[in-house]
Amino acid sequence: MPTHTFVLNGRSVTVDAPDDMPLLWVLRDKLGVTGPKYGCGVGVCRACTSHLDGQEFQPCTHSVKDCAGRTVTTIEGLADGDTLHPVQEAWIDCDVAQCGFCQPGQIMTAVALLRRTPDPTDADIDQIQNICRCGSYPRIREAIKRAASGGNP
Amino acid sequence: MLGLPGIPDVLDLGDAMILAGLPTAHLLVLEITPAGRAALHLPRLEVGQGLTTAIAMLVADELDAELTDVDVPLSDGRPELLFNQLTGGSNSVRSLYDPVRAAAAAARARLVTAAAHRWNVPASGLRTAGSAVLAPDGRRLGFGELAADAASVVVPAVPATPKPADQRRLVGRPTGRIDARDIVTGRAEYAGDLQIPGAAPTVVARPTTVNGTLKSLDASVARAMPGVLAVVQIPSGVAVLAETFDQALKARDALRTTWTPGPVADLSDADVRAKLRAAHAPFLLPPLLTPYLDGEFDFAFVNHAPMEVLTAVADVRPGRAELWFAAQSPIIAQQTIAAELGLPQSAVTVHVVRGGGSFGRRLFFDAALEAAQISKAAGRPVKLMWTRNDDMRHGRMRPASHHRIRATYGLGQVLTWEHRAATVRTDLSHGLGEALTGAGFNLSVAGISLAQAFFLLTEKNPYNVGIPTQLLAELPLQLHTGSWRSVYSGTVRVADEIMMDELARRMGQDEVAFRRARLRDAAGRALLDTVAKAGDWGRPMPAGQAQGVGYHEENGGRVAYLVELDATDRANPRVIKAVIAADVGQVINPRGLEAQLTGALSDGISVILLAGNHLDNGTFREGSYADFHYARQRNTPPTVEIHLMPPSGAPGGAGELGVPAASAAVANAYARATGTSPRSFPINF
Ligand code: FES
Ligand code: FES
Repeated sequence: MPTHTFVLNGRSVTVDAPDDMPLLWVLRDKLGVTGPKYGCGVGVCRACTSHLDGQEFQPCTHSVKDCAGRTVTTIEGLADGDTLHPVQEAWIDCDVAQCGFCQPGQIMTAVALLRRTPDPTDADIDQIQNICRCGSYPRIREAIKRAASGGNP
Repeated sequence: MLGLPGIPDVLDLGDAMILAGLPTAHLLVLEITPAGRAALHLPRLEVGQGLTTAIAMLVADELDAELTDVDVPLSDGRPELLFNQLTGGSNSVRSLYDPVRAAAAAARARLVTAAAHRWNVPASGLRTAGSAVLAPDGRRLGFGELAADAASVVVPAVPATPKPADQRRLVGRPTGRIDARDIVTGRAEYAGDLQIPGAAPTVVARPTTVNGTLKSLDASVARAMPGVLAVVQIPSGVAVLAETFDQALKARDALRTTWTPGPVADLSDADVRAKLRAAHAPFLLPPLLTPYLDGEFDFAFVNHAPMEVLTAVADVRPGRAELWFAAQSPIIAQQTIAAELGLPQSAVTVHVVRGGGSFGRRLFFDAALEAAQISKAAGRPVKLMWTRNDDMRHGRMRPASHHRIRATYGLGQVLTWEHRAATVRTDLSHGLGEALTGAGFNLSVAGISLAQAFFLLTEKNPYNVGIPTQLLAELPLQLHTGSWRSVYSGTVRVADEIMMDELARRMGQDEVAFRRARLRDAAGRALLDTVAKAGDWGRPMPAGQAQGVGYHEENGGRVAYLVELDATDRANPRVIKAVIAADVGQVINPRGLEAQLTGALSDGISVILLAGNHLDNGTFREGSYADFHYARQRNTPPTVEIHLMPPSGAPGGAGELGVPAASAAVANAYARATGTSPRSFPINF
């Protein structure tokens, strides 16, 4: 079986996996990294959203081969040790989560959005495709704005 | 009140469930560990409703513990609890409020008594604060240091009664979720995240139509594929076990199967609608001399689509079985799975794991039952996942329904209100019937079905509209259905609220004033006033935009929604603002309540404007969120304003409360913005 090496949450990892295995299952089933969630497997729910070289991507629709030699960050790699990322802090301050299942993906999407657009408008936030079946959307919006303003609402 | 023979007079479904759970309500386990943590073992499921946080607040208040010292693990299935481990009917806080406080107050009394013995001082002079017992002279013993002694206190030396409300620090204060940090760091574990040794990723190939059966199978190619561990047959399909889900899915695609069509293979939406129309009981009152208004409404099937797909881990061995999944009804699951495996109930352990949403879906343990069958057949532990497509095509649905309403009126009064609801039969076989029997309901004496009892207990018209009559006709179809957040009210009350608007306009009255003049409950009138004032009801709106209101009361709570909707682009109407006012009696956590009301708004927007499932020749058309259009960020309002009334009385249920009122407000705003009378939901389907 081919091996693939990439940087995962700051460490280099090498896995044996078929070239076409979606990264989601490499992460979840081979590496035990379960922060990225399965919600559809076809790129439409965005529950698995993580970062590839700092950009948001959906590991369910990217093969492990395409990630070789690149840098993958999942929700587990966002905080700096015990120090949470400001977006994670904003999520706690705004008490965003309900069931929580979509939230790793929502947070990774928000972090990528704020990197591209440090002061997003409502229209920018409206572009987010991630489903939250619990309907926490208003608090997601509030948390993004809070993080954008450096923690001040 | 019901007033039927064989049925106790209770106010609503929640009361009935509390009655059923009463004999075992005191069997809560509150443990103080030597490390000083208080763990309330919760016989309910957390699926995002914030229940564990609300319970932790109650415990922390009564114990005088720090909130951060309280844990609320979910109990395994406990058959001795009988009917008291069913999460549903917006009933958890209502049913646990007294028992949890009693358990915590008793624990506090024992800790104080243990400290008094240790120090040899009168217990009455001691106080508690910050997870410790304090003496007047400044001495302090942490709860952890007293845990062992407290456990052996038989008769506490101080009263073990819960505190009066004015001495509580936490209840009623906006409080963040106790599991927020776990969630935002990805550490919160759902069934699919558990690392159970040897549990093989597993998926099931399912029939081409709902409830079809396997005709032929050739698994030779699939079995030879890399990573495949086993292929086994179960009643609902063919299971593939592999080293990873990717390999299981690819091997599932490689199975060569043919299927016998299921019992509804010749049915499509149009047929179901026609059958529902034919199922109605006739109206009692033919319109003779009085003016009347008729309305007919269709609601589509709606998948629950919780974010976390159905997932269950099962480890079935000779003589015993162990399961891990998000279970709303773990006791019934344990009984059913034990019977299926030919094991005594005591040989089956059900570990209850937090769920990624439910909305009623996890009342049923479809995946757990299959996982048990597969684990038994394959002789190894399995981690079964239903794909999104599996749950869209073969999962459960809010049943499609048709509603016929006739209101007669005269001299400014509504004289009669008849509502005939016909729904595809709702599967309620998840322990509710047993619970109602336990509560003293004798349905056979009353001569009604379980669904009729449920309907009677939940469907109430809150207005003075002469003599309201409501009847349910059920259409039995072999489809998978289930209670969907707010159950019958999600359609019955929505149709009523749309008719209230239409009748108000017909009678030349303002929609809010018309409701207000007829609402029986004063607290409800205050809510209408609140949203009308805060939402500036009646303000001029640009063409294509309008406001709409909806009101609902159930399970000891009441709520009003006022939304503003922009329908300039009819294909993409958007709710642009919402003002919500709620009164649910005693609120434990206002932040949690607001989250439930906001979530209900998303549900209302979705089921009214966007999201439903089509039945095409015995199979559901939608396959994922790509075509099942649950609301996304762009469909929900940037501005949501929530007003909570001051706490009073006992806690009401809030998890489902918002859905009917939010749905109605959206439908009414759409009607006013477009000048149309929407009759079929979702509108853009
Ligand atoms: S699992 Fe839905 S987008 Fe990846
Ligand atoms: S919090 Fe449940 S799906 Fe978003």
